[in-house]
Amino acid sequence: MDFRLTDRHEALRTEIRACIDAHIDDEVIARAHRTGANHCVELAKALGDVGLLAQAMPGEGQDPMAMWMLSSEAEKAGAPFDSVGMALVIAGVLNAAGTPSQNQRVTAALLAGEEFVCFGLTEPDGGSDLPAISTRAVRDGDEWVINGSKMWTTMAQVSDWVFLLTRTDPDAGRYGGFTVFIILMDTPGISADPIHTMSTERSNVTFYDDVRVGDEWVVGEANEGWQVVSIMFGFERGIANTGALTPLLRRFAQWAAHTGVIADPVHREHMAQVAIDAQVAELLTQRTAWTAAVGEPSGTQGSIAKVFATEAYQRHARWAQAAAGPEGLLGLGESGAAAEGWIDHDVRHSVPQTFQGGTTEINRNNIAERHLGLPRAR
Amino acid sequence: MALDFSLSADQEAIADTFGAFFAKESPVDVVRAAEPLGYSPQLWQKLRSLEAPGMAAPDQEGGGGATLSALVVVAEALGEAIAPVPLIEHWVASRACPAPEIVSGERIAAIALRPADADGTWRLVPGGAVADVVVGLDGGELVAVHSPAPMAAPSNHGSAPLADRSAREGDRVVLGEASELDPLLDMWRVLTAAALVGIAERAMRMGVDYVLERHQFGRPIGSFQAIQHGLADLPALVDGGRFLAHKAAWAFDEGMVDGAGVIDMDEGNVTEFAPLAAMAMLHAADAAAVSTDRSLHYHGGYGFSLEYDIQLYFRRARGWANIVGDPSRERRRLADLLWGPAKAMAGR
Ligand SMILES: Cc1cc2nc3c(=O)[nH]c(=O)nc-3n(C[C@H](O)[C@H](O)[C@H](O)COP(=O)(O)OP(=O)(O)OC[C@H]3O[C@@H](n4cnc5c(N)ncnc54)[C@H](O)[C@@H]3O)c2cc1C
Repeated sequence: MDFRLTDRHEALRTEIRACIDAHIDDEVIARAHRTGANHCVELAKALGDVGLLAQAMPGEGQDPMAMWMLSSEAEKAGAPFDSVGMALVIAGVLNAAGTPSQNQRVTAALLAGEEFVCFGLTEPDGGSDLPAISTRAVRDGDEWVINGSKMWTTMAQVSDWVFLLTRTDPDAGRYGGFTVFIILMDTPGISADPIHTMSTERSNVTFYDDVRVGDEWVVGEANEGWQVVSIMFGFERGIANTGALTPLLRRFAQWAAHTGVIADPVHREHMAQVAIDAQVAELLTQRTAWTAAVGEPSGTQGSIAKVFATEAYQRHARWAQAAAGPEGLLGLGESGAAAEGWIDHDVRHSVPQTFQGGTTEINRNNIAERHLGLPRAR
Repeated sequence: MALDFSLSADQEAIADTFGAFFAKESPVDVVRAAEPLGYSPQLWQKLRSLEAPGMAAPDQEGGGGATLSALVVVAEALGEAIAPVPLIEHWVASRACPAPEIVSGERIAAIALRPADADGTWRLVPGGAVADVVVGLDGGELVAVHSPAPMAAPSNHGSAPLADRSAREGDRVVLGEASELDPLLDMWRVLTAAALVGIAERAMRMGVDYVLERHQFGRPIGSFQAIQHGLADLPALVDGGRFLAHKAAWAFDEGMVDGAGVIDMDEGNVTEFAPLAAMAMLHAADAAAVSTDRSLHYHGGYGFSLEYDIQLYFRRARGWANIVGDPSRERRRLADLLWGPAKAMAGR
């Protein structure tokens, strides 16, 4: 085994940091928390301009280490990066399964950091059981007519596009008869209502009311949409959004040093444990990226990394809040808040990490069945 | 070189050789026959025929000069088989005391993890029950004491060959300053971590095999989701332990010692050997504890009976780990390595 990053990767990290440093400051971060969109156009454009988004796009022949590095540097800096992370995933899916004209029109704009895309997958009755969705696309002449609604369409309010999973043939079995579309958000018939959350991020319910689109916006084959979303899940899991322990520990340690609490042996013991779990989360994530890079399936490894990292994040954020006492209850920007309120934010923000992008239980099912070889339980 | 989570060709060859060796020569009946002392002289002799006892000693002393990255692979195989031989302690002691009869394995060496107490006794030395030579601290010096092995151990949780040994009586040689023990202890931590990863891995697989075989309510208990999820947490712990042990070994082999490596907690970047060794040991101890605990639990009542092998692993997961001392204290020691000593930071 070897744990050294190549010079090329070190150079990439330097370049990523330079972009982040140039475009992210306290005001940009505060704006993201105020507006509920973890989104910064300036950062996206800057990353796009220097070609970093094209490098970090997931997919065959791409370097998954670049995606990991971009995500982890953004996490460390607290940079509003979610909309860019989502754009990268869809760019990768379109690159793998889209048409040349979709790539010209959409992928290029996503990788330039100029346009953004939201995921329209989950529905009120189709959460973990995603194949239970009921949004329908029906053929009408040479068009499709879409009707239905989607839950948790995060970033819809700042997106140009929606990546939409629909049912086109309800009789084609559990995984058959799905069709994926990439659709402009300003297409007539699409609307969004906000979902406000216990953290600073806003999500949306989106509605699709007689939305008409042509065949040119079908991603992959009609009725073969499940294959398309499967590509997407493989890209997402266990490579991005697993690095939150490092900034949590940094902020806690700074606060603890400032208050003198850092001399408390009980706190020191727990800080050491957070440091260990941060290392483990990083190693498991790097392993997922490395496995994908050598061209092997990384699905269960992604599940392993995701479950460990997100559960550890929740556990340690809650510890940090308790350890900080009453000041740990104060929110972002409140005067006197422990770690400027980041600890309170981490407790809130860590909550959805164990269901967003596949819940802990669904990932454990995946590990049990596909990694340990246990029989299917459901 | 670049990030690589596969074993190198050398490591692969070592894993094959020692995996096959322990599978053949240290099956559970050998482990059981070696209880309660936790030592099989025949197995040790077979290791000698592979020249395994001398692997860690420098090549200019006739040893194998193996890298720590190679030794962790052997240590994991040893842990998987819970082999009743003090190979890890012997290796570590042989780094400080590479006498020919130690390198050859004719005599067994052990390492005292704690300094001798006021009356000159090293308490509960791992491997001490069977070692002809013990290396450890006494009165501020690193010494080696040659004296007859007691060949008996107090009854203990992990059936390990522990014994109190005198740091004064016997043939006593001063090896160097007290500080020279620190890298040896870190090496012991990394190798013991690898052995604990082997225990965790095997216990996980024993659990999976058992729940596939055992039927209740007309189906394999491994089809119950509660059991599946308890087992599904284990790969992260096992793999994490393995990667930490390998990363620590890599850091050592690359010379990331005495401040040559990085400790940047703002970036979460740690490549310095000592803190990685501490992390590996602490995490692997947890991994082995959780893995053997869950696996035993999913064996139901049978897991508690002597007849089933999981109890052998359960006891060694604790017995091999806790010998280093209270993990809370080890974590505080790690905090000192990562953030500097407590006092220096206070009020800053
Ligand atoms: C902040 C946030 C942002 C999101 N963003 C998006 C987005 O942009 N686009 C999008 O499409 N979706 C998004 N989601 C939706 C997310 O993917 C779903 O929340 C997730 O798939 C779970 O679905 P659910 O919330 O309906 O929970 P359910 O599926 O109803 O699950 C409820 C509980 O039951 C458990 N459970 C369900 N099935 C099983 C089973 N078979 N075995 C054991 N336990 C089970 C779950 O683990 C969970 O604990 C977002 C969610 C959140 C919270």
